[in-house]
Amino acid sequence: MLRGSALRIALRQLGRNRVRTALTSLGVLIGVAAVIAMVTIGRGATARVEQDLAGLGQNLLFVHAGGGRQGGPSGGPPLNLTDAHSIAEQVQGVAGVAPTSQSAATAAYEDQTHVTGVVGADAGYLDVLTWTIGTGRAFDPAELLAGADVCLLGETARNELFGDGAGIGERILLGPISCVVVGVLESKGQNTFGQDQDDFVILPLETFQRRLSGNRDVGVIYVSAEPGANTERVQADVLALMTERRHVREGMEPDFTVRDMREIEDMLTGITGILTSFLAAVAAVSLLVGGIGIMNIMMVSVTERTREIGIRLAVGALGRDVLRQFLVEAVVLSVGGGAVGVLFGLLGSYGVSTAMELPFAVQPDVVALAFVFSTLIGVTFGYFPARRAARMNPIDALRHE
Amino acid sequence: MSRLRVIQGGQSDAPLVSLKGITRVYGEGAAEVRALDGIDLEVRQGDFVAFMGPSGSGKSTCLNVLGCLDVPTTGSYAFAGVEVTDLDQVQRALLRRHYLGFVFQGFNLLARTSAVENVELPLVYRGMSSRERRIRALEALDEVGLLEWQSHKPNELSGGQQQRVAIARALVSGPQVLLADEPTGNLDSERGRDIMRVVQKLNRDRGITIVMVTHEEEIAAYADRTVHFLDGRIARSEVSKAQV
Ligand SMILES: Nc1ncnc2c1ncn2[C@@H]1O[C@H](COP(=O)(O)OP(=O)(O)OP(=O)(O)O)[C@@H](O)[C@H]1O
Ligand SMILES: [Mg+2]
Repeated sequence: MLRGSALRIALRQLGRNRVRTALTSLGVLIGVAAVIAMVTIGRGATARVEQDLAGLGQNLLFVHAGGGRQGGPSGGPPLNLTDAHSIAEQVQGVAGVAPTSQSAATAAYEDQTHVTGVVGADAGYLDVLTWTIGTGRAFDPAELLAGADVCLLGETARNELFGDGAGIGERILLGPISCVVVGVLESKGQNTFGQDQDDFVILPLETFQRRLSGNRDVGVIYVSAEPGANTERVQADVLALMTERRHVREGMEPDFTVRDMREIEDMLTGITGILTSFLAAVAAVSLLVGGIGIMNIMMVSVTERTREIGIRLAVGALGRDVLRQFLVEAVVLSVGGGAVGVLFGLLGSYGVSTAMELPFAVQPDVVALAFVFSTLIGVTFGYFPARRAARMNPIDALRHE
Repeated sequence: MSRLRVIQGGQSDAPLVSLKGITRVYGEGAAEVRALDGIDLEVRQGDFVAFMGPSGSGKSTCLNVLGCLDVPTTGSYAFAGVEVTDLDQVQRALLRRHYLGFVFQGFNLLARTSAVENVELPLVYRGMSSRERRIRALEALDEVGLLEWQSHKPNELSGGQQQRVAIARALVSGPQVLLADEPTGNLDSERGRDIMRVVQKLNRDRGITIVMVTHEEEIAAYADRTVHFLDGRIARSEVSKAQV
């Protein structure tokens, strides 16, 4: 008989003091929403970094002259095309090799000019660095061999020069030379460090060397290992081959560098790892802060109502009647606040993710955890102070200030 | 419960309420206050008793013990032959629910709750249907002359009106004993007499036993008997002048 009426009494009491009801459920709401928003947005950021990493191309090595850092003080001679061919022919497990040279130049079309990167590349380049042609075509073998005046544009370079135009078949100026655009690359967007990867022009390596740089030097040789190949083995073999080719004496520092994409990858994985633990910490702190907030408002609300409990006891309510009422109240407040909090948390993080162009990475387990944790705290801290009050002598509860 | 059922039979020769050597001690050591210091008191069914005495002499404490709102430190309290000090919390609550009505010194109405809902409160815990509750509550409000104030909240009522709502709440469940702590304390003498007429009617027409605390001789005169408190003891007990 009293079961139904406990719900009715609880709802009526909640309705009587709307401000207190709103504030109490707001405590749960904010706790839940904050945790969900934090973790979802953070998870989206991490997922974005991971996506970018995958786009870098696995199993990629690059070789350049000089010790340590590329462009650093280099000893020894530059690399050349033969180095690239030897690697392709002599190292096991190599899928592709892309010798390149790089510089910058001002590109111009009609009255549009744009300073951009210029890459001299051969046939393997697009595959090794995982570029795809968006419109037009790649260089044909004859053009590569002859050093024809043709070029491929990255999406940003195309946009700067041609705006809405496709640009295919147009002749552009690239520093001192002119070339015909034969293809435009599919956009890759920004890399993990926020650099625009689409802002460059590709020339056949032969064209680059003969007409732009004036020498036969190769700057970087990209080497992609076969899928499933042991990258470390390939790296060691490339190192050994180049050491021999460049006559590096035993015990001397090599005058070139073979770098593994994995080194960068490791670094980035480290960063995402830090990001993930940071997120976990943020989530834990939000949960704690939210929990303490809920705890406070629940305890204050029940303490405030000790007199109400005293009155009910004095007119013949049993301790358990009062407790049931307070439990129902706490459950209604906590579950209601928690549900709205889930909604707000999801909406908020969806908005932020969209604005920041992050994936909307909802984690159902975190949503559930935040909801359950906050609700439990709400119910617990609504229940226990009420239980203490319900066990008092009615007169003590009534005198309570 | 079953032991309490006996009460309804009501043997009129045995006292309804019997206190023997009741003490109520607050605090310990130097801070010890003996609010009640050995109270012996009998109240028979249908009695109308007034407690008088200086402030702090233990009147409210004694009334709270009688109302099972407080537990004595030592001594024996028999209600209709049942030893109350042996009852647990639930049984004491049931005793309050079924046999006792209490009017507090400071009203103690639920805030933000209409007069009629306040009066209904004791019936909620008797599992009565809401229709029947409403009917009984309105009858009780009518009895104290507040029918047209039924939907007002306590903060929209005068002190006297709140006091009368509190009385209606105490009597709505048809208690055997009405315990009233200074029911006229906040009222002018005109209103005080109104209240006392209501209380006296309950005593005379319905045979409800009444124990009431008051500071005013004039109010105490409505009772059959006046018990004088001093320092936690009963100094003397006298039959009211009006009764003589
Ligand atoms: N909860 C309490 N804790 C400590 N001391 C208390 C408590 N309640 C009452 N007392 C003390 O017990 C004594 C009796 O108090 P009681 O309220 O019974 O007096 P009273 O006769 O009703 O006085 P008044 O006429 O002012 O209402 C007082 O000295 C009071 O200070
Ligand atoms: Mg008093």
